Amino acid sequence: MATLLEMRGISKVFPGVRALDHVNLTVEAGEIHAICGENGAGKSTLMKVLSGVYAHGSYEGDIFYDGALLANRGIRDSEAKGIIIIHQELALVPLLSIAENLFLGNEVAAKGIINWPKAFQKTETLLKKVGLNEPPTTQVGKLGVGKQQLIEIAKALAKDVRLLILDEPTAALQENDSQKLLDLMLELKAQGVTQIIISHKLNEIGRVADRITIIRDGATVSTLAKSEISEERIIRDMVGRDMANRYPDRDSRPGEVLMEVSGWNVWHPEQQGRQMIRDAGFTVRKGEIVGIAGLMGAGRTELAMSIFGHAYGRDISGTVKMGGKVVDTSSVTKAIAAGLAYVTEDRKHLGLVLDEPIVKNITLANLAGVATRGVLSRGREQQVAEEYRRAMSIRTPSVFQKVVNLSGGNQQKVVLSKWLFADPQVLILDEPTRGIDVGAKFEIYTIMNELAAQGRGVVMISSEMPELLGMCDRIYVMNEGRIVGELSRAEASQERIMSLILKNDGKAEVA
Amino acid sequence: MAEQTAGAGGKGIGAHLGGHLRENGMILALVAIVIFFTVMVRVTQGVDFLSAQNITNLFLQNSYVIIMALGMLLVIVAGHIDLSVGSVVGFTGAVAAVLTVNMGWPVWAVVPTCLFVGLCIGAAQGYWVAYWRIPSFIVTLAGMLVFRGLTLWLLNGQNVGPFPRSFQSLSTGFIPDAFGVDRPNMTALALVALAAVAILWLGLRARARDQQFGITPEPMIVFTIRNFVITAALLFVGYKLASFRGLPNVVVVLSVLTVLYAFFTESTTTGRRIYALGGNEKAARLSGINTDRLVFLTFCNMGVLAALAGMIVAARLNSSTPKAGVGFELDVIAAVFIGGASMTGGSGKIIGVVVGALIMGVMNNGMSIMGIGIDYQQVIKGLVLLAAVIFDVYNKNK
Repeated sequence: MATLLEMRGISKVFPGVRALDHVNLTVEAGEIHAICGENGAGKSTLMKVLSGVYAHGSYEGDIFYDGALLANRGIRDSEAKGIIIIHQELALVPLLSIAENLFLGNEVAAKGIINWPKAFQKTETLLKKVGLNEPPTTQVGKLGVGKQQLIEIAKALAKDVRLLILDEPTAALQENDSQKLLDLMLELKAQGVTQIIISHKLNEIGRVADRITIIRDGATVSTLAKSEISEERIIRDMVGRDMANRYPDRDSRPGEVLMEVSGWNVWHPEQQGRQMIRDAGFTVRKGEIVGIAGLMGAGRTELAMSIFGHAYGRDISGTVKMGGKVVDTSSVTKAIAAGLAYVTEDRKHLGLVLDEPIVKNITLANLAGVATRGVLSRGREQQVAEEYRRAMSIRTPSVFQKVVNLSGGNQQKVVLSKWLFADPQVLILDEPTRGIDVGAKFEIYTIMNELAAQGRGVVMISSEMPELLGMCDRIYVMNEGRIVGELSRAEASQERIMSLILKNDGKAEVA
Repeated sequence: MAEQTAGAGGKGIGAHLGGHLRENGMILALVAIVIFFTVMVRVTQGVDFLSAQNITNLFLQNSYVIIMALGMLLVIVAGHIDLSVGSVVGFTGAVAAVLTVNMGWPVWAVVPTCLFVGLCIGAAQGYWVAYWRIPSFIVTLAGMLVFRGLTLWLLNGQNVGPFPRSFQSLSTGFIPDAFGVDRPNMTALALVALAAVAILWLGLRARARDQQFGITPEPMIVFTIRNFVITAALLFVGYKLASFRGLPNVVVVLSVLTVLYAFFTESTTTGRRIYALGGNEKAARLSGINTDRLVFLTFCNMGVLAALAGMIVAARLNSSTPKAGVGFELDVIAAVFIGGASMTGGSGKIIGVVVGALIMGVMNNGMSIMGIGIDYQQVIKGLVLLAAVIFDVYNKNK
């Protein structure tokens, strides 16, 4: 078989981060090549380099495609050569019809006037190829995610695709839709379309992939042929990095059970019949740091936000107990009153009022704490803000600084201060160290330890396994909306977490 | 804390002015515009722009804009808009006319009834905006048409009037002189002097308190100049009003409302929550703030203030006309944006809005006296609005 694509020594640097470090990838013509790696390993960045999102010159290294050097100035260049990427978030216009979407920017037209009969005819041919039986005039938004995924593929076929890249194509699909998609991939392969699939689902990879490349921390670890693919090998290659001692020491003495969630079920807020959380349950003890591990889309944020004031999802059922008593957490106000706090992973959109100063952000969740009968005391507010500035060492010239001007780490400290001032018993921290530098991470870890030492319960959701292993007394592992395992500090290791996730990936299985 | 005081204290007056350009700039702009018209009116028409009668007129003509701008600020801070206020002015004026003139109700019954009607209108519109998430632009555009239509229907397309004296006094009445001197009106003088002293005292107290908590106060020179300008203007206006017919009732209502709303927006938890909601609704909701209810309440409040304005307008014209209030929503919204509120919500101050409304009012009045045609007036007002907002955006991006 001839080599269709060769990426040699690709490096890509973002301010402060080396996202890709001399990555090599070779794809043979006509094969299905899988790329595996942890969240943030660099899979998506690599595909963006390939598809022209990052133009030639903004990265180091060379790409050879079909025997020639590839120098994309943009997506249009790579698409003209038949390299087409389908992103995890679909790029369809929901209010337009299937036909309109298929030829968007590529219309079947002469002199700007669309030839509808011809467009419809072409649409039907393409839809037949992907096995979708829908009239071309159907509005795309009325179709399910599975069918939309097929339309994306038909759209790629309309552009004479030679190399099709699928970024976690089944992440949002139900079991039978996933199977259909994998069948289609094999069919396209038979027709000679080379494909790259990014996935972490071992059963899928085993079914369709001819070879697999594993990426870790922005570098290629290994490329395995089908005969070499084994679960143990993949897991070892995915997580096998050194764990430096980057976590503060802690004397851990968990007390009695503080919070207990049981039988928690949540449905998707928009998509009918899609269950996001299935029968989840966990406990948090006094003075304990509990981790929740899982890959992107496992339902960790959905679990936390649905508990915290039903801020996510619909038809929520299950019980939350605080100190042995069932509490109502159906609104954020009630959840706060019950002693909960949720520190969001998306601090810019969900955590802070960016144009307001630090002082006003810190008191936002507990304005009553700086007011008498509804009248604010500016002085008390200022004192509170100064206290947290010192306690958290928020680096700023003044507490009247707008938070938009602070660094990520300092912004995170402001969000933490806001929730500490609300004096919760249990804090749920969602990716508390995302997007902040190493020094600030250590400070956040130290604060977490202090909170536990004060007798509070801390729940830490994180995609970085070393961080969970370094900080937590116990770790729950989530996958596909279920809690699929619980590991004590002694039992926990990256390999065990990964294998819990991967082994529970078969959707029929019940944990 | 000491370190912070020292650090921030190192900033010069220039830096401080830069940070508060908008607030102080607004006041300076108003003063400049007043001086401009005083000179121009004197030169071109040979009359006194700052005569007691014209100052009284200025307030009577613009009171309704200022009153509604107070409510509109809250709506805009919350991230919404209310286009229906002009029609609500017409409608509540018509209700007042029908109740008073046709049905003979006494004033003490008519006023609360009209305010209640305004509350219901605000609640009806706020309900769709807050709980059904229908864009406020659409809901209140519909309200604008509906209430204009209802006004025509209620008045049968006719003017209804005149009102009894007691109702007219809502707008054209003056506070009588308790000391019996009458010219100048001693009550008016006393009240204005009291207000000036109160402003100075509150300003100084706030400064002292800030210092006590280690907040760096604004430079003394800025504080002194600003307060000098404000109290001097206040005393001058007060003296002029007193030497004419005393304090108009609407000026008293206006002043009380301004102080109340300034206090509400700056010093109450509910006020703070409205700003947080406008700044980032999702973050506010995740901080335990009932954002839907707050949006609903801002519209209720707007309805009540529009009803009050409606009665004042009817009382001033001494009749209710089907055309009353046409286009008012634009004046009110313009005043709020000239006053420095952000289009996306989350910022804006009561004092800025009042000054913004006064700038519009002074320009209307001054240009009319100078005999500038309504055509040019519209163009100039439009350009001033545009310039004020461009100034804001430019400052923000700098």
